Amino acid sequence: MLIIDCPWCGARPEVEFAYGGEAHIARPSDPSALSDQEWADFLYNRTNPKGLHAERWRHLHGCGRYFNAVRDTVSDFFVVTYKAGEPRPDAGTEGGDR
Amino acid sequence: MAELMPSLPLDTLAAAPRDVAVARLVALGPAARLVFRGREAAIGPAGEAFGVPLPREACRVNAADGRYALWLGPDEWMLLALDTDPAPIFAAIEAATAGLPHALTDVSARSTGIEIAGPQAAFVLGQGCPLDLSPEAFPVGMCTRTLFHKAEIVLVRTAPDIFHIDVWRSFAPYVWELLEEGRREFA
Ligand SMILES: [Zn+2]
Repeated sequence: MLIIDCPWCGARPEVEFAYGGEAHIARPSDPSALSDQEWADFLYNRTNPKGLHAERWRHLHGCGRYFNAVRDTVSDFFVVTYKAGEPRPDAGTEGGDR
Repeated sequence: MAELMPSLPLDTLAAAPRDVAVARLVALGPAARLVFRGREAAIGPAGEAFGVPLPREACRVNAADGRYALWLGPDEWMLLALDTDPAPIFAAIEAATAGLPHALTDVSARSTGIEIAGPQAAFVLGQGCPLDLSPEAFPVGMCTRTLFHKAEIVLVRTAPDIFHIDVWRSFAPYVWELLEEGRREFA
């Protein structure tokens, strides 16, 4: 079973977690000022990279908290996890081949 | 007219548990269960009013005089007292935290308690719980929400061979019967 490091609880089994989509997408502060295309980009369009991806996870059956993770979408390897509100760590070089 | 008596979800199932000494199963009676969520300023006073300081370390329990304060999240605790009326505890904490940002909720009737005890208790739990329950990884005084098969539980190790399980009442028969299933090989 895949082990995910909750920033609060430590290493825990994957079944306790729920995926929450791409991270670091801020809701526009003034939605009515956006064009339809810009609003659609916010709602629907994601980077969908092949490789490192910053994404939200929730430790649903644990502390219940949302946090962020950088995961390799090719290997499913979790490079790093960090608390919500913290900036994305520079994960471009770290751990990608482990 | 007959008086209506409140019943616990395991009254019938737990009336005749298998006699398995290496993993004894007990359905616990009513308890006071309060969920406290709060910001920094309210955490200290809430613990003082409860009589047990709220643990600040993740997944830890503080206990005193039959009262348990369980860390469930960085701003969330369950306050548990077996066989206790929740109302006076609730009132005391509300009085101590008046004006401080917090939420206190009485969830006493939401869940029910099960105790599993004996040298094979961790083994039986391990059949449905994905955590490492060895004493090094899950020592006495540790608690967490987790899963038992497909039901969410709160699991506490109160002694090397004793675990307390808190489970939502509608899931309790499911958890109980799967624990019984896990004990069959020792019967
Ligand atoms: Zn957690």
